[in-house]
Amino acid sequence: MDERPASPTLTILASLAFVFLLAPVVIVLPLSFSGDAFMAFPPQSWSARWYAAIFSHARLIEAFFVSLGLAATVTALSLMIALPATYALVRLRPPGAEAMFSLFTAPLLLPTIVLGLAILIVFAGLGLLGTWRGLLLAHLVVCTPYALRVLATSLANLPADVEQAAATLGARPATVFRRVTLPLMLPGVAATGALCFLVSFDETVLSLFMTGPRISTLPVEMFHHVESRADPLVAAVSVLLVGFTLLVVVLVDRSLGLGKAFLKGG
Amino acid sequence: MSAGAPGARGPMLAVALLIPIFAVNALVFFWPTFNLFKMSFIRGEATGALTDETTLANWTGLFRDSFYSELLVSSVTISLVITALTLVLSYPIALYLHRARGLRRTVLLVLVISPLLTSAVVRTYGWIAILSDGGLVNSLLKALGLPAQRLIFNTQGVVLGLAEILMPYMILALLAGFGRLDARLEEAAATLGARPRQAFWRVVLPLSLPGVMLGCLLCFVLAVSSFITPKLLGGGRVFLLATEIYDQAIVTLNWPLAATLSMVVLIVFGLALALYARAARL
Repeated sequence: MDERPASPTLTILASLAFVFLLAPVVIVLPLSFSGDAFMAFPPQSWSARWYAAIFSHARLIEAFFVSLGLAATVTALSLMIALPATYALVRLRPPGAEAMFSLFTAPLLLPTIVLGLAILIVFAGLGLLGTWRGLLLAHLVVCTPYALRVLATSLANLPADVEQAAATLGARPATVFRRVTLPLMLPGVAATGALCFLVSFDETVLSLFMTGPRISTLPVEMFHHVESRADPLVAAVSVLLVGFTLLVVVLVDRSLGLGKAFLKGG
Repeated sequence: MSAGAPGARGPMLAVALLIPIFAVNALVFFWPTFNLFKMSFIRGEATGALTDETTLANWTGLFRDSFYSELLVSSVTISLVITALTLVLSYPIALYLHRARGLRRTVLLVLVISPLLTSAVVRTYGWIAILSDGGLVNSLLKALGLPAQRLIFNTQGVVLGLAEILMPYMILALLAGFGRLDARLEEAAATLGARPRQAFWRVVLPLSLPGVMLGCLLCFVLAVSSFITPKLLGGGRVFLLATEIYDQAIVTLNWPLAATLSMVVLIVFGLALALYARAARL
């Protein structure tokens, strides 16, 4: 199909809506170079003082490393849990496979404010609140559904005949999975890993229920900071975060074709 | 999906492979959710201590205390307003995207999706920079010699901020709905003498309704349960179901009440879904 010129009315309306959509993300960049003590836009003076302030803010730095370690662990564990489950549900197809698939992706249907409260009440009794293990478990329950979904699409799109050929030639099931299925699924696995990492790194509401004075994540610290004071510090953190997210996406895209994997697997 | 050859040990192997995911869900999803349901029928004391007594008081209390019925009505109303605003703002972008081709389409699609990769805290913070007393809008008003406006820490701010946060979801749902919109239909309408405005109202809009309904369901459900943006842009002055759940759970420590309000959110979800299913069949 050829591109049809959009009418002037539509172009104007769409442009205005785009300005509205992108304004809050774009405004953060100039704000981060503010030299003011308080948030004002446009800033009265310019400086890099808020970038410097990040590094003297020990709690923020600590929270960043908690988030980083947490996201990496959650990603690895999500893959280790979801990969066998995907293989079982898509290839072995036990009775009730469809129902189980729905059941294991159901945590995504629940609002995080409700899920967070539910986990809070149970974890309070188990002494898991404000612990690294508690955060890890809470993140796992929202990351494994994404992992299961993307991996299942990726596996279902693989032609089963290659695996059957390997089996016919005498390879045992474990060997077939390790030497044939897994390498073919690699783009899907990479996309899943990136998705789990970003979901965990960005997760705020569940973490708000799980964190405490002893342990906190970066989004939670940013939330509390915005809640309690209005200064340009969070703008500087946000710019670094957006850069970090872009880096993750570009890295995975360069090495394994995230766009392709997402289009096929999304 | 084609099945491999499961063999005799297929079911046993499947069970073994499913144990880890089952264990995680049992501990962090099934048990907590069931427990939450039970909690809404447990009598709590004013100190926050829980008793073993079961009671309907948490539920009947919602109807007796007008604060909670007003909370429910205002949550649903504000969410409906947000959904409508999101639809109005998203429709032109979706239609423009649907008609664009090639590089322009790819770039614009990335621009639509990229806010989803940005934390809700960051985007809400951006809205504070735009709407606060010393923010962009008030600076512009001042430069024009107009009086300053209070734009955040009230319902307006929450509505504007959430509408923007939900736009990508609405745009993607609308784009999926535009799939059935064939450009030749509009040409046919034009050939038959319809003016562009008529062609839009009589051809384009009716055909895009399935996408509109899906997008509205999605945005309404997300608006009712959203927490970060109402908390930060509402500044403690806008009371919604989700913010009240958090306050009752963390500040007041009234878990039975928080659990009951959570069940109310789920009931609202169910009703919205039922309404959508009915509308989609028509």
